[in-house]
Amino acid sequence: MNDRRFNALLGLAALLIVFVFAGFVLTLVVQSLPAVKQEGAAFLYSSEWNPVTARFGALPFIIGTLLTSSIALVIAIPLSLSAGIVMGEYVRSGWLRSLLNTLINVLASIPSVVFGLWGIEVVIPLVRNLAVLIGAPPYGAGILSASLVLAIMIIPYMSSMTREALMNVPAGLREGAFALGLTKQEVVTGIALPFARQSIFAGILLSLGRALGETMAVTMLIGNATRIPDSLFSLGNTLASVIASQFNEAASDVHRSAMMRLALMLLLITMIAGWFGRTLMRKGASAYGK
Amino acid sequence: MENNAFKSRHQTRAQKDRFFKFAVMIPAGIVVALLVLILAQVVINGARALNVDFFFKEQKPFGETGGGIVQAIVGTIMLLGTSIVVALPFSLLASLYLYEHRGSKRAKVLATAINTLQGIPSIVIGVVIYSWIVVPLRSFSSLAGGVALAIVMLPLMTSMIHASLEMVPSSYLEAALALGVPRWRAIIDIILPASASGILEATSLGVARAAGETAPLIFTAFGNPFLSLSLKGPVSALPLVIYEYIKSPYDDWHQKAWGAALLLVLFVLILNVLIGSRKKH
Repeated sequence: MNDRRFNALLGLAALLIVFVFAGFVLTLVVQSLPAVKQEGAAFLYSSEWNPVTARFGALPFIIGTLLTSSIALVIAIPLSLSAGIVMGEYVRSGWLRSLLNTLINVLASIPSVVFGLWGIEVVIPLVRNLAVLIGAPPYGAGILSASLVLAIMIIPYMSSMTREALMNVPAGLREGAFALGLTKQEVVTGIALPFARQSIFAGILLSLGRALGETMAVTMLIGNATRIPDSLFSLGNTLASVIASQFNEAASDVHRSAMMRLALMLLLITMIAGWFGRTLMRKGASAYGK
Repeated sequence: MENNAFKSRHQTRAQKDRFFKFAVMIPAGIVVALLVLILAQVVINGARALNVDFFFKEQKPFGETGGGIVQAIVGTIMLLGTSIVVALPFSLLASLYLYEHRGSKRAKVLATAINTLQGIPSIVIGVVIYSWIVVPLRSFSSLAGGVALAIVMLPLMTSMIHASLEMVPSSYLEAALALGVPRWRAIIDIILPASASGILEATSLGVARAAGETAPLIFTAFGNPFLSLSLKGPVSALPLVIYEYIKSPYDDWHQKAWGAALLLVLFVLILNVLIGSRKKH
């Protein structure tokens, strides 16, 4: 062994990882070619997905993905921002703070399949009762159940990122504002939140990336039906859940290839969300007095 | 008159302040209550399923009660073992590359690839590993499952190990180099041991993350009702058992799904607590 060989070894491993990543994209592109040949651009706007007649339009899944993720965001944003503000502004020290932090960390580490299990046993019966009460289709499973559990799953990330963003606001700004006689609320809404807004927004985007790609809990709760959802109680499917529920049963090559194309689409969407989130995060971080 | 205006303005500001506090505390309280509720339900429902058979017996045929999920416990251990064997060397070498080529264009390319890899939905990893390993080998296998989990762990482990390498004071390396030690020996004998706890922490976190992953396993490890130690055949895993059992019509299996969930959550929690307690020292 010498320095040159050691460096070559490191370079080889680095190259391999870059190749693995490039290989991911390449594999998905190549494997989705049969579906591209058959469906062309109709894949993106056709709503007919029928493996038997070999028609593959992904519109229902695209809508399902965007719908569940946006409902989850709408539910999660106010709750996470509040929790983040409480942790970042009101309980900045002491046992309550460590209790909250531990709880949030624990929940962030619970596997998604466990959230799915909890959703099946707890959320679905609740939603079914609600549907019966208001006269909606009483499936229980569906868009609403999936979105609710998705929201609970992203709350830990979003609130801890909000907390971090607020904790990073320079102490001098806050102290100066208090010294001028501002109330806590004025300091939070007038100084801390505007200062941290880029990082908070980045946290929301990163959570959105997670929600878009989240698979197991959604697969278990959304009802796995190929249709464009027409109400909150409607059954549906997302890009990820259709892959999880149909990939192993795909009988034809085109069906499998269409699934690869869904995976490619999912990869691109989450990559864009993640890239935006990370860029904003960097910008937000560089705003802190550098 | 003016004094009154000032006073009432002050009062409304104080009221607004109290109202705001109230308005953030309530939703935060709801969040905490929900999280406690979920944890409590996993513990209570899961505890009912636990008995000696649960840990040491294989799954009974469909519809029969009793038996256990030893096939899934062993399967999860095998899959995690395989994934560490694959992921640890690569994340060590990759983080050393980032350490040695800090600031260079190539290191930035690698860092971007790793960051992007981290954001890939795990179901996509499953699909790709299916066509890389399952199709050529013509069989679902624990090898394929282990590699899929390794790709889940790799980005997280690499960035954490890299961070812990960067925390070693550069004077360590400089002192060794000044004594005439070759650079590669200095890195292996000085820098790596100095960041051993960081490497251990990264590995535990990677394992904790991979242990609960289900989506990459459905098309790779696939699941298996029987105990299997084969690297070339399908194996079961705790998350797969949860996913499969809760879809079944049997109450006994639903209870076992909760039991498996409790095991999984406990395992992940214990890893997290270990990491947390190491950090405090």
